Amino acid sequence: MANIKELSKLEEKFSSGHRACAGCTAPLVVRMLMMAAGETPVVSGSATGCLEVVTTIFPYTAWKGPFIHSAFENSAATVSGVEAAYKSLKKQGKYDKEVKFVAFGGDGGTYDIGFQSLSGAMERGHNMVYVCYNNEAYMNTGIQRSSATPRYGDTTTSPVGQVEPGKKQFPKDMTQIMVAHEIPYVAQGTPGMWNDLITKFQKALTVDGPAFVNVLAPCRLGWAVPSEKAIQIGRDAADVCIWPLYEVVNGEYKITYKPREKKPVEYYLKQQTRYRHLFRPGMESAVEEIQNWVDARWEKLKRLAGEE
Amino acid sequence: MGKLTEIRWHGRGGQGAKTAALLFGDAALSEGKYIQAFPEYGPERTGAPVQSFNRVSEEPIDLHCHVKSPQVVVVLDPTLIGPVDVTAGLPDDGVIIVNTNMSAAEMGTKLNLNGRKLYILDASSIAKETIGRDIPNTPMLGALAKVTGLLSFETLMDDTRKKLEKKFRNKPEVIEGNLKAIERAFNEVKS
Amino acid sequence: MAKVLDEAAMAAAGKNGRGAGVKKALTGNESVAYAMRQINPDVVAAYPITPATEIVQIYSTYVADGLVDTEYVAVESEHSAMSATIGACAAGARSMTATSSQGLALMWEMLYIAAGLRLPIVMPETNRALSAPINIHGDHSDTMGARDAGWLHIFSENSQEAYDNVIQAIRICEHPEVLLPAMVTMDGFIISHAMEVVQVLEDKIVKDFVGTYKPEKYLLDIDNPITVGGLDFTDYYFEHRRSLAEPMFQAKKYILEIAEEYAKISGRKYGLFEEYMMDDAEYAIVVLGSTAGTARLAIDELRAQGVKAGLVKIRVFRPFPYEELAEVLQGCKVVAVMDRSDGLAGFGGPVFGEIRSALCDYEKKPVTVDYVYGLGGRDINVEMIKSVYRDLQEIAATGNKKLVNYLGVRE
Repeated sequence: MANIKELSKLEEKFSSGHRACAGCTAPLVVRMLMMAAGETPVVSGSATGCLEVVTTIFPYTAWKGPFIHSAFENSAATVSGVEAAYKSLKKQGKYDKEVKFVAFGGDGGTYDIGFQSLSGAMERGHNMVYVCYNNEAYMNTGIQRSSATPRYGDTTTSPVGQVEPGKKQFPKDMTQIMVAHEIPYVAQGTPGMWNDLITKFQKALTVDGPAFVNVLAPCRLGWAVPSEKAIQIGRDAADVCIWPLYEVVNGEYKITYKPREKKPVEYYLKQQTRYRHLFRPGMESAVEEIQNWVDARWEKLKRLAGEE
Repeated sequence: MGKLTEIRWHGRGGQGAKTAALLFGDAALSEGKYIQAFPEYGPERTGAPVQSFNRVSEEPIDLHCHVKSPQVVVVLDPTLIGPVDVTAGLPDDGVIIVNTNMSAAEMGTKLNLNGRKLYILDASSIAKETIGRDIPNTPMLGALAKVTGLLSFETLMDDTRKKLEKKFRNKPEVIEGNLKAIERAFNEVKS
Repeated sequence: MAKVLDEAAMAAAGKNGRGAGVKKALTGNESVAYAMRQINPDVVAAYPITPATEIVQIYSTYVADGLVDTEYVAVESEHSAMSATIGACAAGARSMTATSSQGLALMWEMLYIAAGLRLPIVMPETNRALSAPINIHGDHSDTMGARDAGWLHIFSENSQEAYDNVIQAIRICEHPEVLLPAMVTMDGFIISHAMEVVQVLEDKIVKDFVGTYKPEKYLLDIDNPITVGGLDFTDYYFEHRRSLAEPMFQAKKYILEIAEEYAKISGRKYGLFEEYMMDDAEYAIVVLGSTAGTARLAIDELRAQGVKAGLVKIRVFRPFPYEELAEVLQGCKVVAVMDRSDGLAGFGGPVFGEIRSALCDYEKKPVTVDYVYGLGGRDINVEMIKSVYRDLQEIAATGNKKLVNYLGVRE
């Protein structure tokens, strides 16, 4: 368990002054990861995307530790190369420090264009953590749909029109795909549940081998929520169980947060302008459809975690 | 480049035409010669007609084009004669060596010899008797060395032994079988 | 400093015709893998592709047998191969990969990034045609398409040159005034799969020659953290790209310096390009790769008939030695550029355009024509090359020329 008092004493490894939007949760994901690493140095990499763009505008950098960005679809492959270099130099006695390796990617760089690179790196067993800051669309280029975008999400490439109700497909379950890679650690979190997320990052950094943490990182712009609500809306996602918080350690499922009262999904959807059209007359069944989807998956997760 | 000799091997995928060219090249190198050995690459699979090539010279070899007019042709599988024009490009004073149990006269009628010199060797039988399997490439190596004089008996035996020792460390019978096959080929190849 | 051959050894090496080292029968791929074993890079990240597969396959056996210290990353694609190599090199490790054709095409995006990040990655590249139609044989379409990616391009005529070039490329790329990646090419199948005599140096000699990689700044230097691959807007991008151009202008000098040093350990001396019978040549052809040897035989035959034929074989295509080449070619009557790739530019192949532009400042300059040949591994033989020289004589006599010609194709 993370102790906020101790964490607050740690030196910040990710600087303020970057160009992220007010209320952006992606930098929080990085800060929490760095807190979880504590004194251990971290070499980070990022896919092209919001995080990279707002943190590395030459001649400035928000990264106080070593950082590499090369392209969009290859954060995992790039960092796997860094980790291989570390392994090689260590093996040869040319390097003696203890370092952790983390690759960041948005949902575009993780679920879609970077999917192959990520799968390859996880399969090869590099000792690295992959963190997806999942804001459920291509926010950097102006809110285009990704395979992480939820059904009925209004994006600029799945727009709500006269005949179309937004995105037609349910999101791909990337966390489960990572579980299927049988890597030692897989988890889902969100920065609003900071203690839960930092603890997961600590575990991810400690396991021997690859780890994957899928972090729901609300985007105030793309989800169309007020800046000050961006953290809370992530908590709400956990409370309605549309984004359950759980971890899979060596194949063993554990639900790490069970809401006292499982709120109806409508409570979560209603706060976001990207779902505004669902509350027009005649769209009732869409909300119901999402509720059924959430319920079925929540029950399935509970079964997997042996909680039934 | 007057001393350049070009050789074409005909076989079927799996009979070791490529390996034979590589072994021959390697052995010629150990006699201080310059060599090339390369197969023809296509979609061929086991059993399909394949070719491989050697160039051998006392001087460095600069040519990197196809072998069109080899002085020597080696046929590992007599069933290729007919479906494949094995004498294509072979000059009037060229030499062809065929693995066959036919007599030279009989084989001669099947080939479009036109004065070109034919040598025969029952390499399949030798291989079966010495190595235990129908792998005609090793005895045909012996026949090629004997007929062309490009390689001495000793060099071929030494080099083959060294090569096989790496591969068949725990199977001395395979090494001895192959060497015996070369020896018999040297004695039994005839025109 | 590597052990230097004494004069007696150099003379003895020279007598053998092709310099120093133990003679081995190796294919192009084998000779490159052999050089890589001697270089012993810290990381190799690669994906197999015909006809370069053997390089990574052989290298894997070196790793499996513990003959190298390399961390071998068996990536899931060429894109990841170059990405991981970039990550490893940026981390501070000497890093290599190898590829061909479609694999290079898949790496495209990362080629520019490797150069832009100034990472001295050496990549053997077995030249192969690009699809469609799919074809596994040798032509230069693949690397020619990557000629503006900021990589050095070093072409090899045969297995020996591929071996020598890979070793030299390590030193060239890692030279502090260069710090650019390099691809060392050889013709697919024609060289990659043909066994030839290659003279290999002793492991120790190569090890001393390449030395150890000592980057000034690298990711694993956690006490001096750096950010690699930041974002430039209109205010800095141009300066960064400009700083990339300068080492390309300067690289020729270091390539020649390192060639000089390499000659001392190998007895084999390389230039930016190689001339054959150019002193008094009236008719010259310009080639890259394996065609050069075949062309020399054609020239020997033509010279015997009194034709003043000559050859220029380009070794270093990037940086393009335009001044040096023009100096050698300007005195000829007619020059044919032999392009083993078609630029599909409505103006012949890529080498043609560059040679013509190199000559344009000369008042007296040869007539230049282009021959696109050998696509998809189509054979090029002595007779075909002689036919080109006959064409050149014809052009000189009549003035009638066709700018772009296709050699050895059924029309």
